[in-house]
Amino acid sequence: MSQRQQGGGLIIFATFLCGIVLSQMPLPEFIGWARPEWVAMILIYWVIALPQSVGVGSGFVAGLVLDVIRGSVLGANALALTIVAYIAMTLYRRMRVFPLWQQSLLVMVLVGIHQLILHWIQMFVGYTGDSLLFLLPAAVSALCWPPIFIFLRRIRRTFYVS
Amino acid sequence: MRQGRAYISLVLTPVQWLVDLPAELADEVSDVVVDRGLLMKENARLKAEALLLEQKGQQLDSLAEENSRLRSLLNGRIRIPNEVTLVELIGVNPDPFQHQVVVNRGSEDGLFLGQPVLDSGGIMGQIVEMSHYTSRVMLITDARHAIPVELNRTGFRAIALGKGEPDELELQHVSDTIDIQEGDLLVTSGLAGRFPRGYPVAVVTEVTHDPGLSFTKVRAKPSARLDKSRHLLLVDPLADMTEQTDADAQADTVIVESVE
Repeated sequence: MSQRQQGGGLIIFATFLCGIVLSQMPLPEFIGWARPEWVAMILIYWVIALPQSVGVGSGFVAGLVLDVIRGSVLGANALALTIVAYIAMTLYRRMRVFPLWQQSLLVMVLVGIHQLILHWIQMFVGYTGDSLLFLLPAAVSALCWPPIFIFLRRIRRTFYVS
Repeated sequence: MRQGRAYISLVLTPVQWLVDLPAELADEVSDVVVDRGLLMKENARLKAEALLLEQKGQQLDSLAEENSRLRSLLNGRIRIPNEVTLVELIGVNPDPFQHQVVVNRGSEDGLFLGQPVLDSGGIMGQIVEMSHYTSRVMLITDARHAIPVELNRTGFRAIALGKGEPDELELQHVSDTIDIQEGDLLVTSGLAGRFPRGYPVAVVTEVTHDPGLSFTKVRAKPSARLDKSRHLLLVDPLADMTEQTDADAQADTVIVESVE
């Protein structure tokens, strides 16, 4: 049992790592704004699926790593992901029984909150930008949610992550 | 805090490499799989270019010689070529609000904070964050970046601010009577001591005189290929400066001797 759980931890870690690498992939200028928030979505999935093992702490660590690798203010992503994880923790019972499209809507709200917090903190430090395009990833993430959800569920079931 | 960040980023260096891997592979593949005819064509073009540059170089040698003679006549400073390190780009900041790139050298390779970064076209930016094996470069178009420049044609000095837009800079506080035109080249003025003097920064693209405003609006396009260059140069302006102070010291002693 304990061995299986350790393996599960590794799988979860691997998905987060993939998310971080994906979130760093260079994109052409015009879709640069529409990059889905991979790490936030992966975090939301694992919180819904395994709220007893992935939660606020995991969100914080993932956010810290993301901060360093993205060069944003240390703690900005950490705070945003912590809050997203917390909200997802309080919602997971409802989200589990929602159909996929309804989940997508909630993901849009969650990622939107994530983006707002991030943007707000960056503004304090003087990263200016008056464009509202920073909210675009919320919509794109909502569109990407169903395939990602199904993919991660497949992974969870094949590797018996519990 | 900065130290802690450097260490976390040291741990994450493999992730940076991982991100760069696909681009690197694509580069390798396109290096190996290439048309012979295309290569020959490119070779011919490069030879022609080399010839042209050599011809310019010959002139440059004599001009540099003449320049240094004239400067020594004026007891002025002698300018020497800067120390240069070649680095490769391994990452781009995905946040569209921040114009930053990551390069594959760090403090272990002797880089330092604030070091100027160039490409073949001109100034690209400066190092703002450093880990042991990677460092982060802020481009001149970042909204938080400003660079002291001068107009190559007239010597008028100004400050070029990044706007957070790709391929656009803005000159601040240019009064309405200044002689400035589209197509003018802006070069680094070397003031503030961060960027060495005389490297191209941008070309003026738009000059708007608005009677309702106290200053002329001047926009410029960076001459470096900010979003395309993969190989960058780091220069060491300090080496230049120590050399200059030596020259100054010599000049001073010369003056003292002549006074005596």
